[in-house]
Amino acid sequence: MDAVSNPSAGPGVEKSAGARAAIRCRGLRKTYDGKLEAVRGLDLEVREGECFGLLGPNGAGKTTTIEMLEGLLEPSGGEMEVLGQNWAGQGRQLREQLGISLQETRLSEKLTVRETLRLFASFYAEARPPEEVLAEMELGDKADARVGKLSGGQRQRLAVATALAGNPRLLFLDEPTTGLDPQSRRQLWEVVRRFTRGGGTVLLTTHYMDEAERLCDRLAIVDRGKIIAQGAPAELIRNLGGDHVIEVMTDPPTPGLAEICRRLPGAQAVWPAAEGCQVQVSQLETSLPELLRQLQAQGAGLARLSTRSTSLEDVFVQLTGRQLRDE
Amino acid sequence: MQAEEEKNETAAEPRLLHHGRWSGYRNLLWARMLELAREPEVIFWVFAFPLLLAIGLGIAFRQAPVGKTPVAISAAPGAAHLAQLLKQQPLIPFQVLPAGAALDQFRLGRYDLVLEPQPGGGVLYRFDPSRPESVLARRRVDDALQAAAGRRDVVTTRSRPYRQPGARYIDFLIPGLLGMNLMNSGMWGVGFALVEMRQRKLLKRLIATPMHRSHFLLALGSSRLLLMVVEIVLLLGVGIWIFGMRVEGSWWTILLLGAIGSASFGALGLLTACRAQKIESVSGLLNVVMMPMWVFSGVFFSYQRFPRAVWPLIRLLPLTAINDALRAVILQGAALDAQLGRLLVLAGWGVVSFALALHWFRWK
Repeated sequence: MDAVSNPSAGPGVEKSAGARAAIRCRGLRKTYDGKLEAVRGLDLEVREGECFGLLGPNGAGKTTTIEMLEGLLEPSGGEMEVLGQNWAGQGRQLREQLGISLQETRLSEKLTVRETLRLFASFYAEARPPEEVLAEMELGDKADARVGKLSGGQRQRLAVATALAGNPRLLFLDEPTTGLDPQSRRQLWEVVRRFTRGGGTVLLTTHYMDEAERLCDRLAIVDRGKIIAQGAPAELIRNLGGDHVIEVMTDPPTPGLAEICRRLPGAQAVWPAAEGCQVQVSQLETSLPELLRQLQAQGAGLARLSTRSTSLEDVFVQLTGRQLRDE
Repeated sequence: MQAEEEKNETAAEPRLLHHGRWSGYRNLLWARMLELAREPEVIFWVFAFPLLLAIGLGIAFRQAPVGKTPVAISAAPGAAHLAQLLKQQPLIPFQVLPAGAALDQFRLGRYDLVLEPQPGGGVLYRFDPSRPESVLARRRVDDALQAAAGRRDVVTTRSRPYRQPGARYIDFLIPGLLGMNLMNSGMWGVGFALVEMRQRKLLKRLIATPMHRSHFLLALGSSRLLLMVVEIVLLLGVGIWIFGMRVEGSWWTILLLGAIGSASFGALGLLTACRAQKIESVSGLLNVVMMPMWVFSGVFFSYQRFPRAVWPLIRLLPLTAINDALRAVILQGAALDAQLGRLLVLAGWGVVSFALALHWFRWK
């Protein structure tokens, strides 16, 4: 656990001295009704042109955080700066440069896709032509369909399309792919990548490991209103100290399997899985033969043996002792 | 043709559209109108329902000249004689029934009066003093019986019918329905629509854009004004074409009253909806606010049926103010300046509601 950087002095803040910051916040806090602390002192810096992810289980405070940064929620404490500006002052000017997709907004079902996008575009002094955005979001053939008739994936793409309507510099996406089928998710990822390639900055929240790992340049793992780790996905995994995870299960179950795993050369962390064991190691080529030798000596048969690269899920489990998807 | 196609291809699409200050307002209003037009329930409740109500009530209470007054005669000695006397009266159809049955049927409204023959040739009238038909039947039967018995009228009198539009129930009803419709659609159109959008998190999504919040409220209000014009023209049109109603006052005055009424009720709807998070709760609230006015404000019957002591209170209700003003203008041709007191009541509700609503309003 000590392998991962301390949240209060996250690596992101120090390393970013060169690049300009699109979002910066310090000690951000939100307390509901004076008791429930949703966000408990959060430091964050998102650089211009990157895709930054807030990763964490439901209820971790991701949405509260992103909505404070979007200027929709009043923070209970702390400082923040978006595109170098402050929410207290030029709210509308700032909004001209932001694209926002909230979690589960239900747009008017009676309007068509094109009408919805025109409406949103009309709020911006300089907007992208709706047709162009529709084409980019692959909604061109649905342009004249009522919103009420769209599938979940199409609705989500329309929600992102409304966020792109004003030609934003900074895009906020709150759980953009929750509940989507794999194909729609990939389509959305492609949109995010295109947006950052064009120089835009993205802050998104997700509770999907693979999404954070593949899409985000950097991310912060949020749990119970605090950032518990921050950095590039590969960096977070590397900091965990082991690149690989071995999952092993014996038949019949071997007592003391966890102990065997713990004593393997290069073992970083061990956690019990269903009737078996997972062990994180730095080098497969030394750990794996040793594990097999030990099991053979015990006379235990292998029921299952697999290896994989360490994932963000492992990082989360190791940091919190909980599974991400449990909640 | 060919040249044109080529031109289309070469013309590069502009990267950005430039929008003026009011484009958000225009588009919000347009979107609102599209939504309303595509909502069959709105078309029904705003347009069809009041028309059907007017037509239905207009026919039910069309106040034909007072017709026959059916009476029952209790079977007793002397009943045959009474029957003989009434036989010559075409407007007084009668039936001889056993005493109990006669009273039963009278109670159910089948007969307007029961005649009970008395020993010695007299008659006892059983009538209900609270039912005008019953009172009338007693007078008619008594006249007929007295005349048949030889009573002489000492004064020579003549009667000539005089009936004019303006005094009928439908004339009273249509301005009242108009007022009620302005209230219903104003409060539902603003209150319900807002809470629905809040529940959908659409309000929150809108304020995440650079949209001017005042444009949003303005568009919601303007959509009400446009609908108001259609409502007034439709309802008064039906009154004129189907019931031969006469509009005595100026249409501009009526439209102006409609505009002020719509704005006030819209503001009241805004206030009712300023915090509600769920459409169920706002539905209840709207009904609580509107219910007293349905009853007291003289939509279907005059509030003068309530005790005189409460009239001043009833006149402070916004629906009473608009109903009284509409009736004065439509039926009596009153000028706008004569309605100043009522307009003040109406505008007062509007201004106070709007101010409170802005203070308490939640976008999220």
